[in-house]
Amino acid sequence: MMMGRLLSRGMLAGVFAALLAFVFARVFGEPQVNLAIAYEAAQAALANEPPEPELISRGVQAGWGLLTATVLYGAAYGGVFAIVFSCVYGRFSRLCARPLALWLAVICCVVAVVVPGLKYPPNPPAVGDPETIGVRTAAYFIMLGLSFCSAMIGVVIARHFAPRLGYWNANVLGVLLYGVLIAGLSALLPDVSEVPADFPAQVLWHFRESALGMQLVLWAALGLVYGALAERVLEPARA
Amino acid sequence: MATATLKPAVAVAPVPVPLKAVAPWAVFGALLFVVVLYFVGAEQGATALVSGHEVHEFVHDGRHLLGFPCH
Ligand SMILES: [Zn+2]
Repeated sequence: MMMGRLLSRGMLAGVFAALLAFVFARVFGEPQVNLAIAYEAAQAALANEPPEPELISRGVQAGWGLLTATVLYGAAYGGVFAIVFSCVYGRFSRLCARPLALWLAVICCVVAVVVPGLKYPPNPPAVGDPETIGVRTAAYFIMLGLSFCSAMIGVVIARHFAPRLGYWNANVLGVLLYGVLIAGLSALLPDVSEVPADFPAQVLWHFRESALGMQLVLWAALGLVYGALAERVLEPARA
Repeated sequence: MATATLKPAVAVAPVPVPLKAVAPWAVFGALLFVVVLYFVGAEQGATALVSGHEVHEFVHDGRHLLGFPCH
């Protein structure tokens, strides 16, 4: 049952981290989303297009909708994080629960968010052609999968060479291998360049900053909170 | 003398969780991950299991801010 406890704590930490990320997104992200939607409406008015009907009001989208999406995302990543943590703890690493959780959160954030975001950065509304959503969605999820797979290959190779090269060198080799693999593989995926020529650069930049900030809040909180919760399960003498 | 006042170092090596115990939960966690990522990140965008636009519109801001492709 220990694994069940580790997993449920991962999801709990994920939900808590998501609540903090929601507050960040609400304060820093939503103003940029609204500016992008205002741009979109202005473009539609210029083209004499009728405004699109609102199925769900903007207030709900920016409130309960954003909260629900973020909490689900946090719980899902929190669960996967707990599983990765349970495989690594005491097996691939000698670190105690708290430092290991923080280290893993940094690595997961790079593999799941930062690197895929370098190829396909987050975009506000009005950036992106609805016609290409199929290709963009497929390319994004393939990039995410390739990043996960490259990271796993890096871990396997680092593990394999650790007895021969020592831990430090083997880990450097694993990280290098991940970087080379994902750089090469992502070059094979199509580039997406759909920012309208007159879209305000400032809004795009601030939107991407806030999207990254939201993820940093989520992963930092997940790593710190999960470390403390896992310590109580795995190292009761220390907690 | 001085060393006597030092606390003995807690030298407990972390004990790994048996992989047999991790496996069933890993399947459950991975399934949940895929389903959630699909509904938050892609449903009623590129593909749709539920007709209409309500799911897409409800999670819309999250989809953009969490970095998924949208309109
Ligand atoms: Zn959208």
